[in-house]
Amino acid sequence: MEYTFHWRPVFRALPDLLDAGLLTLQVAALSMVFGVVFGLGLAIIRLNARGPLLWAASTWIELARNTPALFQLFFFGFGLGAFGWHLSPYAIVLVGLSFNNAGYLAENFRGGFKALPPTQLRAARSLGMTATQAYIRIIIPQVLRIVYHPMTNQMVWAVLMSSLGMLVGFRELSGETQFFASKTFRIFEYFAVTAVIYYVIVKLILAMSRLLAMRLFRY
Amino acid sequence: MEQPINFFSGFSFNDLLFLGEAAGRTILISILSITIGTIFGCLFGWILQVSGTAGAVSVGAFLDIFRSVPLIIQLILFYNFAPMIGLSLDPFASGVIVLSIYAAALVANVARGGIEAVGRPMRRAARSLGMSYWQDMRYVVWPIGLRAVFPAWVGVALGVMKDSALVSVLGYVELLKASQILITRTQEPFIILTVAGAFYFALSYPLSRYSARLEERWSQ
Repeated sequence: MEYTFHWRPVFRALPDLLDAGLLTLQVAALSMVFGVVFGLGLAIIRLNARGPLLWAASTWIELARNTPALFQLFFFGFGLGAFGWHLSPYAIVLVGLSFNNAGYLAENFRGGFKALPPTQLRAARSLGMTATQAYIRIIIPQVLRIVYHPMTNQMVWAVLMSSLGMLVGFRELSGETQFFASKTFRIFEYFAVTAVIYYVIVKLILAMSRLLAMRLFRY
Repeated sequence: MEQPINFFSGFSFNDLLFLGEAAGRTILISILSITIGTIFGCLFGWILQVSGTAGAVSVGAFLDIFRSVPLIIQLILFYNFAPMIGLSLDPFASGVIVLSIYAAALVANVARGGIEAVGRPMRRAARSLGMSYWQDMRYVVWPIGLRAVFPAWVGVALGVMKDSALVSVLGYVELLKASQILITRTQEPFIILTVAGAFYFALSYPLSRYSARLEERWSQ
């Protein structure tokens, strides 16, 4: 092997890379918040609604699940440009990831709603709660507990997917790495360090979720 | 009178052929890497399930790396690493190798789940009927385990098919890269992306519906 590794420029850029890593975490976490809200909405619509509303929710879910995430980002990035909507790179990634997360989470939530005995809703209603109250106070907390594990996985996926931001000009962890790598041509070194950062982020998320689960799900 | 020079031209029938050809490449790279990945994934899954803790832990930790680092980073790393050890690989070969390892890492978990889905008493019964270990694997574990995890495998395979779009970063002209090229020339992103998206959807949606139906039928 004749290649000489040069790690020093990478370590000099490490603070910038870690900052970019925080941006990755931020956009992934925000997209999860939107994903959970819209995903819950989509799941409830899919289980209860009829007509155009059901059609719209199903279309969203199936498009999110059956096309590549990169395609979705391109669509929000360039496709909408045809209508004169130009999103910033940050917005492209946030909207794209939220759309994708919502579609995947909706199916998880649907499974969660189905796993709950219907008597839960009836019992809540018979105590005098309105349907909205029953959903917010009784049903949704239990569903969130059932889908806690898939939600953690989806958060990991969101972090991994956010690396696609690199291809739409967003300087999160991958984009920032690409920026530095193209300045110095130390492509392998930069991306190797970035890979380690991603690995650590993913392991941190899993560890945090386990800790959180221990606190949340104490009976 | 001089004609104004126009660098852009509209979307034509030839472009559709260009997209079709690129779609063929998407299918080719997907089928290759899903096949190779499934073979190795089953092997890894078996190792994870049978070997003692040391073996399972080391193989598991190794495979875990590929599930914890974005595929796009894996592709860039491998593509830049291969020349260092004297391999000159084109984007297609690099893409197939990385996608196969990635697929294998995902399939390994599915395969382990499949083997574990067959209960211990069932396997003891098979062995006590005089079957060898491999006969037990072939005639008892395989048919039952396959039923248990086939839908999950379809999910993984479709995921790899969709993720094959990322090989475009290495310069392999698959469907999404081809649509990008056309967008640059025709300046009609909406139509072209719709065509490309429709193709992915047409490939993925029927298969996912089919596996969902199988799952429903088998769970009864």
